[in-house]
Amino acid sequence: MRKELVIALRVTAVTLVLTGLVYPLVTTGLAQVLFPWRADGSFVKDERGRVVGSELLGQGFATPSYFHPRPSAAGKDGWDATSSSGTNLGPTSKKLRDSASDALRKLAAENPDAREPVPVELVTSSGSGLDPHLSPPAALWQVPRVARARRVSEERVRALVESLTERRDLLVLGEPRVNVLTLNLALDRQFGAPRPGGPSATRGP
Amino acid sequence: MTLAAWGQLALFIALVLLTTKPLGAFMHRVFETDRRPLPRVLGPLERFLFRLSGVDPSQEQTWVRYTGSLLIFSLFSLLVTYAILRLQHLLPLNPQKFGAVDPALAFNTSASFTTNTNWQAYTGEATMSYLSQMAGLAWHNFISAAAGIAVAIALARGLTRRRPPDAPRTLGNFWADVIRSTVYVLLPLSLVFGLVLVSQGVIQNLSAYREVTTVEGAKQVVALGPVASQEAIKELGTNGGGFFNVNSAHPFENPSPFTNLVELWLIFAIPAGLTYTYGRMARDSRQGWAILAAMAVLFLGGALVAHWAEAKPNQGLASLVLDHRAGNMEGKEVRFGTAASALFATVTTDASCGAVNSMHDSFNPLGGLVPLVNIQLGEVIFGGVGAGLYGMLIFVVLSVFIAGLMVGRTPEYLGKKIESREMKLAMLYVLIFPLIILGFTAWASVTQWGTSSLNNAGPHGLSEILYAFTSGTGNNGSAFAGLNANTPWYTTLLGLAMLTGRFLMIIPALGIAGSMVGKKVVPPGPGTFPTNGPLFTFLLVSVVLIVGALTFFPALSLGPIVEHFAGLAGKVY
Repeated sequence: MRKELVIALRVTAVTLVLTGLVYPLVTTGLAQVLFPWRADGSFVKDERGRVVGSELLGQGFATPSYFHPRPSAAGKDGWDATSSSGTNLGPTSKKLRDSASDALRKLAAENPDAREPVPVELVTSSGSGLDPHLSPPAALWQVPRVARARRVSEERVRALVESLTERRDLLVLGEPRVNVLTLNLALDRQFGAPRPGGPSATRGP
Repeated sequence: MTLAAWGQLALFIALVLLTTKPLGAFMHRVFETDRRPLPRVLGPLERFLFRLSGVDPSQEQTWVRYTGSLLIFSLFSLLVTYAILRLQHLLPLNPQKFGAVDPALAFNTSASFTTNTNWQAYTGEATMSYLSQMAGLAWHNFISAAAGIAVAIALARGLTRRRPPDAPRTLGNFWADVIRSTVYVLLPLSLVFGLVLVSQGVIQNLSAYREVTTVEGAKQVVALGPVASQEAIKELGTNGGGFFNVNSAHPFENPSPFTNLVELWLIFAIPAGLTYTYGRMARDSRQGWAILAAMAVLFLGGALVAHWAEAKPNQGLASLVLDHRAGNMEGKEVRFGTAASALFATVTTDASCGAVNSMHDSFNPLGGLVPLVNIQLGEVIFGGVGAGLYGMLIFVVLSVFIAGLMVGRTPEYLGKKIESREMKLAMLYVLIFPLIILGFTAWASVTQWGTSSLNNAGPHGLSEILYAFTSGTGNNGSAFAGLNANTPWYTTLLGLAMLTGRFLMIIPALGIAGSMVGKKVVPPGPGTFPTNGPLFTFLLVSVVLIVGALTFFPALSLGPIVEHFAGLAGKVY
């Protein structure tokens, strides 16, 4: 019995060191050598060379001249990358229906020129609260607003969205998508950054 | 279902089936032969670990000794993790200076990881230091998975070994099985696939959280850490405890549909492979394929129902004027959409993984029913590494017994008679599970501490409680995550549910192994029920479904089923 206890203690220690320390540290070392940019979080810069966030994480956009991401439930005000979360509201939740209705009203006010019904992605929160993507319909739906705010033609903005649309991986995996941060950075590169305090295209309240 | 969704499902199934035989044969060599793979690289490591820990792999143990070793090991590792979590503020690799984890949460978390549940009552990125994640939690991802594989191999040895009656009734050496699972199977695969995940964007660093100024000038602090190393073993060991709060929905854990496929495959790879290992041990690989076929049928059923339910509009939003073509996108990521989310939810609950890439709490009622039922069937649809096979083998014993009753003959399996002792243990295994789930759920749903944690009202609230205790007892770890489980009552009771759900079920399983191992083998006669063909697969599927349905249908009808009809009528709570 005592021998068994000693073995148990030794196996505990040995596996702890091997799988709890050596393995993650070796992986970290290899990852840092082989894929340093990915391993560190895929941070990207804007055209002035300023690091503006991770390509893989969503961030908030509210000005009319940028594409807006989906609602976020991460942290108190959304997009908190230290507090990932969904709403976890079920399909018979009154709160869910109310918040979607509010989002819908707000979208209608901000996008008076939008022609089609609002894609459901734009009124529902993602699982992580950090979803970096929009579906192509959800991005295209915002084109009239963005084009008007930037005083460029809708065709040019639409073409940019389409050129940045990623297809399904290996043809069948997941869904087509557009990375919002990449798209907005490309907007600024192509049409110039919006002037702070410039004229807003929003007509709503 | 779109063409792409069918393609995704087919690709996934093809990958799992293609790797079943090679991986199964590999594990057979590791556990049952002396010709172990990669002898130059892994052989020395194995012998070094045996020497360091004083293990003599040739010293076989009876089922009592084997179980004893497992229990002591689990107890020690639970205590070590508890200590690490309580002392993390004094230990290195804590760049965010997180304080000690409070006692009830530390107990819940260490019970959770010891039992391969990996229920997360905590928010990883706001609670756990990097050392706690690596040495406190990811360590358990290895050893709890290794222990699960060991139990499955031991039960398989009990059923398949042919020994003379006076030979010692032993099942192998627990320590050797654990170390070999780790060295030959879990560690190499984790290392390779961890790096594959990093190449796609899963992070792996030890840096402090980074603050950036976003394009619009807001401050965003980005949580970082050694994620990929934990991610790989989290799926491979069917553990499921995410580095981050939202688990594999987080872009740093699962950045693309491709990584999603990799993670899905990692979850099913070992459980599927073990069925082939088992067939080899039984000297008839069709015994293994028959079990795999039963698992595949049950998996496919769940996957199709879940996808069908989620491709429909969210019931609560269906009345709003929206473009609903994307389906129920509440709690889902755009890159996955409903197809890859429903598939992940099915896979993670078939196996006792519990990683999630979407929020099950926000599924449509019948979509959320699928993960719940999958766990309640005992997680035998592929199941946890090891746990799936030993769970399914209990159902096999049960099926053989029922077939024996139908023809009025003493049931036998692989030439060994199944008698009253084995049946009593099998029934114990089957009954403990619902007793804990339904008992705790009933208690929680009539008390203040139980209902004050709810995030949703109406029948969905009951589903949240039922899911929590089902997930805990089933050692799954996924959640209807709206429920605030970080209260003293829930952390304590769920901790107990996890411990009983693991160990009170392993003991009868090993007990059956112990009593079967010494039985005389009789050659099959005309009255023997064949257990390696489609008829047996059909019987096995039926027994799994009937036992599960009879036990849980009443509770399910008060939760997801009634919610479905309320939702159809447009009712909200």
